[in-house]
Amino acid sequence: MKIAVCVVVAPSTDTKVKIGADGKTIDMSDVKLELNAYDEFAIEEALRLKESTGDGEVVLFSVGSPATIKEEIRKGLARGADRAVILDTDTTQLDSSAVAALLTGEIKAFEPEIIFMGKQSVDYDSAQVPSQVAAAMGWPVVTKVSSLAIEGGAFRAEREIEGGVEVVEGTLPAVISAEKGLNEPRYPSLKGIMAAKKKPMEEKAAEAPAPVLVIDCLELPPPRPEGKIVGEGPEAAAKVVELLRNEAKVI
Amino acid sequence: MEPYQGVDYMDLDTLLTEEERMIRDTTREWVSARVIPIIEEHYRAGTFPDELIPEMAEMGLLGANLDGYGCAGLGAVAYGLIMQELERGDSGLRSFVSVQGALCMWPIHTYGSEEQKQKWLPGMANGTKIGCFGLTEPDFGSNPTGMITRAEDKGDHYLLNGAKMWITNGCISDVAIVWAKLDGRVMGFLVEKGTPGFSTRRQGHKMSLRASVTSELILQDVKIPKENLLPGTESIHMKGPLSCLTQARYGIAWGAIGAGMACYDEALSYGKERIQFGRPIAQFQLFQRKLAEMITEITKGFLLNLQVGRLKEQGKAHPSHVSMAKRNGCYWGLWIAREARDMLGANGITDEYVVMRHMCNLESVKTYEGTHDIHTLIIGHRVTGLPAFEG
Repeated sequence: MKIAVCVVVAPSTDTKVKIGADGKTIDMSDVKLELNAYDEFAIEEALRLKESTGDGEVVLFSVGSPATIKEEIRKGLARGADRAVILDTDTTQLDSSAVAALLTGEIKAFEPEIIFMGKQSVDYDSAQVPSQVAAAMGWPVVTKVSSLAIEGGAFRAEREIEGGVEVVEGTLPAVISAEKGLNEPRYPSLKGIMAAKKKPMEEKAAEAPAPVLVIDCLELPPPRPEGKIVGEGPEAAAKVVELLRNEAKVI
Repeated sequence: MEPYQGVDYMDLDTLLTEEERMIRDTTREWVSARVIPIIEEHYRAGTFPDELIPEMAEMGLLGANLDGYGCAGLGAVAYGLIMQELERGDSGLRSFVSVQGALCMWPIHTYGSEEQKQKWLPGMANGTKIGCFGLTEPDFGSNPTGMITRAEDKGDHYLLNGAKMWITNGCISDVAIVWAKLDGRVMGFLVEKGTPGFSTRRQGHKMSLRASVTSELILQDVKIPKENLLPGTESIHMKGPLSCLTQARYGIAWGAIGAGMACYDEALSYGKERIQFGRPIAQFQLFQRKLAEMITEITKGFLLNLQVGRLKEQGKAHPSHVSMAKRNGCYWGLWIAREARDMLGANGITDEYVVMRHMCNLESVKTYEGTHDIHTLIIGHRVTGLPAFEG
């Protein structure tokens, strides 16, 4: 089975975000980049699918500058993906639709039966790319999948919704976006890491379409106001309750 | 809390290859996720976390620097970085991997027959077979050449008699490499679990390396088939066991610095959060001096280990180079752990924090596989040409 996985390299989740001088971009100096955490579930699911079918190919697709993201993409190869394609373009002006258009153009040529990706990237959290890729492919999409079973050409996906679980059934081809908990991603083995060096990583110059959405400005949330001390010990309890009820209005 | 990011004061990462960094980071993430959450409880209970063996095997951490037979075939530096990260978790875990890989798989790989390699190495790499290394005896520690354990050639078999002590993994091993004298020459024998006359006894009451199995091996008229002699050790006498120790000591050098990194990291974050006299204690000069000394020694220790590793990769490392790295890593690793324990004040004596566990562990690590003083004399021998421990 031919399996495509879209991955993105994003700032690590413990980054202290600083806004760049232009007020519209994140200052990327001193930012540690990581393979998007949700994409790890997507890669793992793709590898398991390949292993269960006994043959096939798992190919990673990513948009970005090879020099900055290559090392992280290789970690996906170390886990077991067969090869990677990096669409080399300047990502500062890209919106989700441009990313989806770039990915779709490349993935079409590969002719996969299924496309996996994380439910969203941890930087802008838009969660748009899975649906937009599916629309461009003309395929169904199931987003935020927390459990997946595939047999023959049919799939059964579970997604957690408010107060319950939604079960979606359909036939391939399809786009599946991964929620945390879809599986437990494996650690790359040392042999996998050694083998990753020899796996093909194709870099292709890509022309991004003009974005539909343009970021006007970025702002950090205002600093939290200083707390106030209303008293000490049991005597303060009544005052705290009163403030919680009347000022914060939370009880 | 931020995940552990390692200790790198001056872009030392640029001295490593992409592959080496990936191997280091993978081991680091695994240690953070799988070892750190459970190790205190094992340490308290005095148990080895054997539930981690299959995971380590699957990643390829056992015998990682050996070629073939299911091993990963890593270079010396990548192997060293694994040891550094494992011991950032706990010295007991690193000791397990050192003994399995460097003291058991390495001698079988280096001195064993093809049949012995086929029989043991794949199973040891995949963690289904555990090994130990029996050299030290109750009365012969720093002077192993004086060992009492004897092998006699009985024609169709060897007969082994003697006792070994302080043997990591002893009770949990499927095979012990026992060093014994045959006609006054030291040779290595594979003694399999369950062989009549061969028994093990767990050594308890340790205040150090509590998450590691330490045992005595007792050999009473143990009949060993002829094919269980490691053929490569037949005519090299003490060079056999000593060459194994050189492999293990190299990993210890990296590991001890890794334990030092854990202690430095904890002391630094504690110092930034602990407020006394109205300011973080990390703002005080005495605290900063300690941190400065710690990170300087970590940086120097790393560079020393790295150079020995690079020499090893080129086949140019001398055992006395490894002695310097082992001696240095353990000395400063322990020093850093003791300082860090100090810096955490009363909190530092509890097992809520890692410093005292590392400190206690490193007392063993500084002692085993050649004490600090023995390595001093090895370096002294190398620079003067005059051996202090012979005549």
